[in-house]
Amino acid sequence: MKIVVAMKQIPDLQQIRIRNRQPVFDDVPLALGNIDKNALEAALLIKESQGSDVIALAAGDENVEDTIKEALAAGADEAFLVLDDSLNGADSSIVAAVLAAAIGKMGDVGLILFGEGSGDNYSGQVGSRVAGILGYPQVGFASSIDLSSDRVTVTRSLEDCDEVVEVPLPAVVSVLADINEPRIPSVTQILKAGKKPKEVLELDELGLNLPAAPLQTLSNLAPETERKRVIVKTVDELLQNLATEGVVRR
Amino acid sequence: MASILVYSEKTNLAAELITAAQALGASAIQAVAINDSAQAEALAAAGAVVYNIDNSALIPADVAATAAALQAAAEKLGCDIVLLASDRRGKELAGRLAQAMGAGCLTDVSALQANGDQIECQRNALGGATVATQVIIAAKKVIAIRPRTFPPASAGAGSLQSLDVAIKTSSVKLLESRSKAGDTVDIEAAETLVVVGQGLNSQDDLNPVQELARKLGGEVACSKPVATDKKWLSEERIIGLSGKKCKPELALILGISGQVQFTVGIRDARLIVAVNSDENAAINQMSDYILTADLHDVVKEMSQKL
Repeated sequence: MKIVVAMKQIPDLQQIRIRNRQPVFDDVPLALGNIDKNALEAALLIKESQGSDVIALAAGDENVEDTIKEALAAGADEAFLVLDDSLNGADSSIVAAVLAAAIGKMGDVGLILFGEGSGDNYSGQVGSRVAGILGYPQVGFASSIDLSSDRVTVTRSLEDCDEVVEVPLPAVVSVLADINEPRIPSVTQILKAGKKPKEVLELDELGLNLPAAPLQTLSNLAPETERKRVIVKTVDELLQNLATEGVVRR
Repeated sequence: MASILVYSEKTNLAAELITAAQALGASAIQAVAINDSAQAEALAAAGAVVYNIDNSALIPADVAATAAALQAAAEKLGCDIVLLASDRRGKELAGRLAQAMGAGCLTDVSALQANGDQIECQRNALGGATVATQVIIAAKKVIAIRPRTFPPASAGAGSLQSLDVAIKTSSVKLLESRSKAGDTVDIEAAETLVVVGQGLNSQDDLNPVQELARKLGGEVACSKPVATDKKWLSEERIIGLSGKKCKPELALILGISGQVQFTVGIRDARLIVAVNSDENAAINQMSDYILTADLHDVVKEMSQKL
């Protein structure tokens, strides 16, 4: 059985600078989303305990061939990539159509894992949309996953309760950021990652009729932070200021 | 604005969505309740035309079936716009419903307003570093709104109807549902928050922090690792991108460096005070008062002097 882990190539958020409230992307490297790595780790733990092929699936511009090495180094058996310049930052509906088509080409897929949200947009739509396109059952916000040959039992962690849900395979599961601690690949694993098999398709090879982009972004700005930035030296000085502000009584 | 359909399995969140639909100037506000006649009555009393779908085969844990039922309801009722709550259940549902409707979708929306026929939505982007204003230009729209963005609608003239939609039998089995253990703190409602991060040395050091919060008349909150990695506080108290977004009068932030994944949850506070041993901590750039000191000493001294 194959386990597919959908991973998104995003700009390294730590390296985005803000200038005049605008995000600056110059020289910002690309990376895999953090929670995507939790999804990969969940797949690797299943592989280690009961055996399965783990396929890292991503769609993006040509850089994704390099970005995905991190997943191969961490233990994914192979990568399945769909390339097109339009796919970086594409709408969830478009990415979902592409990923679903790619999954359709694989055969013997039992489980499709996502992070609960991407590192940049955290919109959390793609997993649900892929499940919708493929007509598969889904369980989101997983805090544990127990896979058997024909079904998966997942604990879905909601704000006020945990639900234990059983669904037949194939199924789509999105994992919580704190489901596990992703492993960090060794240097040897990183060196070997480039030799692992990669299936690389150009977007037009999928022959998809993609939906028009449903969203329009009017602006994307860092929030204005007008803060006083007063440096105080002592607790007394702090309390005096807070009393003047009317937020503490002395 | 056209007719709007609202749905959340949580009555209070559905009532907030009615307020949102009112604010958008919807020509009609329709709501769906699923196997919940109490909710249906409450939402009718809050001003919506409510359709209760009564079908015990339809369980909230089955997101696919719920999405299919809502899609069928939206079509029958002639609604191209559906508002959901952006709690976890609502977020998971949003993508599936949008796919079923052929709709554009925005989740985690923290503000929205009508501009002619368009609905301008704000949500965090780039991990919270920016706030994007976006519109759904597709004809059909699914918008999931963060809890507490709007107050719940209180009273209005609604009505109660029933609605039959065809439900596919479900392959999803709910084996068990366990309530999460009882920390019912509501940090979003607190006027004062004392927020601790990884600068806190030990769980024992929480006691003086709690005492300080009590003296300030506030609650203790935390950055994500304090709850999820160290498990010193409950997840109810997490502030940040994947936690809560709070707007207290005073946020006293102790031992937190100030990564955007955290600050996005507190940057709307009226007054921010940072106590950190690192004078170059990023949190200082977004604070009103900055005290470079050991938080443990500061907490004790503040408590003594209040």
